[in-house]
Amino acid sequence: MLRTKIYDHFVLLLGVFIMMGPLVVAFMTSTFDHVLIHKEGMQVGWGGKFIETYSTVLSQQGGFTGEVTGWLMTQNSLILGIGFALGKIVVSMLAAYAIVYFRFRAATFCFWIIFLTLLLPLEVRILPSYEVVQQLGLLNSYTGLIVPLIASATGTFFFRQFFKSIPNELVEAARVDGAGPMQFFFDILLPLSKTMMAAIFIIMFVVGWNQYLWPTLMTTDESYFTLVRGIKQIMQIMIGADIPKYNEALAMAMLSMLPPALVIIIFQRMFIKGLVENEK
Amino acid sequence: MTTLRIKNVFKRYPNGAEAVKGVSVEVGDGELVVFVGPSGCGKSTLLRMVAGLEDVTSGEIELSGRVVNDLEPAERNIAMVFQNYALYPHMTVRQNLAYGLKNRGTSKSEIDSKVEAAGKLLQISDFLERKPSQLSGGQRQRVAMGRAIVRDPAIFLFDEPLSNLDAKLRNQMRLEIKSLQRRLKTAAVYVTHDQVEAMTLADRIVVLNNGLIEQVGTPAEVYSRPDSTFVASFIGAPPMNLLSATLTDAGAQLGDQVLPVQTSLRGDVQLGLRPERIKISQSGSGASIEVTIVEELGATRLVHGIVGGQNISVAVDAELPVPTGQAVISFRPDDAHFFHATTGRRL
Repeated sequence: MLRTKIYDHFVLLLGVFIMMGPLVVAFMTSTFDHVLIHKEGMQVGWGGKFIETYSTVLSQQGGFTGEVTGWLMTQNSLILGIGFALGKIVVSMLAAYAIVYFRFRAATFCFWIIFLTLLLPLEVRILPSYEVVQQLGLLNSYTGLIVPLIASATGTFFFRQFFKSIPNELVEAARVDGAGPMQFFFDILLPLSKTMMAAIFIIMFVVGWNQYLWPTLMTTDESYFTLVRGIKQIMQIMIGADIPKYNEALAMAMLSMLPPALVIIIFQRMFIKGLVENEK
Repeated sequence: MTTLRIKNVFKRYPNGAEAVKGVSVEVGDGELVVFVGPSGCGKSTLLRMVAGLEDVTSGEIELSGRVVNDLEPAERNIAMVFQNYALYPHMTVRQNLAYGLKNRGTSKSEIDSKVEAAGKLLQISDFLERKPSQLSGGQRQRVAMGRAIVRDPAIFLFDEPLSNLDAKLRNQMRLEIKSLQRRLKTAAVYVTHDQVEAMTLADRIVVLNNGLIEQVGTPAEVYSRPDSTFVASFIGAPPMNLLSATLTDAGAQLGDQVLPVQTSLRGDVQLGLRPERIKISQSGSGASIEVTIVEELGATRLVHGIVGGQNISVAVDAELPVPTGQAVISFRPDDAHFFHATTGRRL
């Protein structure tokens, strides 16, 4: 018993080491001076420049126009992450509602068409998507950043499965109680889907936060840059003999990892509940 | 006066399956009618058509003198109690009861007074602020009934409401449903596959089989004068013995045995005998039976044996001695039922 415990812990610790090790090293390195990093590589230990580096990253005016700060990029990332997640929930929930509860002829067909879009990720359709957004004049806007991404086959599938697990008698009871489609959706389905929505929100927030390709293509105006883009921005400023600000790039990487990690840690319980529990 | 009139109703599903094949029933004011039958006999479909949850293929459903075929469930002035209660899990008991009223635009004060009244009537006043998940099966069942009562409907529709409860609670709730329905004097249709529930609850029983009505009658009528072998074997526990016999001048011929019966019928029939109407003794006059197994039921014993090559069961009072081996059975001649040998209809 004891031996298995030690062994189990060893395996777990090894996993933690492999996954967290690079992060810890990156974090520690980010507290050192960039010249030192350039000369001696990644550092282990406490460099003592934590506050300096991180406040610079958050507030320093950077980029070509000098208008964009780390703080602004964080805001943009949050807008993208939250908008992306909420948009996906709204769209996929409505789609699933239509597919599961309304008997129209092509329901199954529509569902499989939606499902098929899993085979066409953004990367495949990026040029047409860009053209559409450009023609609509939505380049360099939050709408253009978020809306083209919110259609979600995965979300629709999750909600479809969840709605199917809700007993049919509940639907019938609501009909006898005089609830129309709207009332049923808002009074019954929405409250029942809470944990499911939370779970999907968490996943989608992280996915939205980590978007790189689409924002890179979409936003040329630096005030719409997201954090994930910003990291690259810092590494690029090797002008002349300047040494790249490795410490700041690492700090920004750390910062950009923080919100998704926080979301997961805070909503962990809800997340697991949403995935395993079928509230009946 | 009749509350509900079902006129020649058919239900055909898109795949061609016929669930209900021409059923006509009336439910009078304040009457409790039980639809009983084996699973797949169409009883639930019929109830759901009355509720408006299934479309009627043809025929008419009339509620309080108004044809309701095309009305939504909420417009029909019905209330339904579902098998798994179908309570809204995220709402408190109070909200569950009030939801239907709220949707109808009933005023807040009226909702409150109705919910309080129903709570008192069903003894769930103490649980009004709880969620269904915090209630026991019996309490949930009461809440489901409360939800039906607050609507003050023309008719209650019960869809196997007790089948999720354990046996003891089921008997108790059965009594409660009956006394409640008597007190409210509201018509009710009750669907069940359990013939004991049907017998105990019903003012009238409708026995359904294969989408058709086999018999309509009071529990006593259905028990004492079953219209067909199906009803005979479905109603009553243990079920009626059905024996192939040939009627002659001497009586009913079963293999080498002759049972004395009183009838002018002749030829091949199915002879029906209730186990509890047969007397068995170790010796005496009558047809001889070879006892094979004795089942102990507490109040009675069920003796299984062979008469003239056919299986037969006999209910014996627990105080009486248990016959063994070769014994003798007898019955009053007018306790014998005769059914057509092939169609199974009563002769």
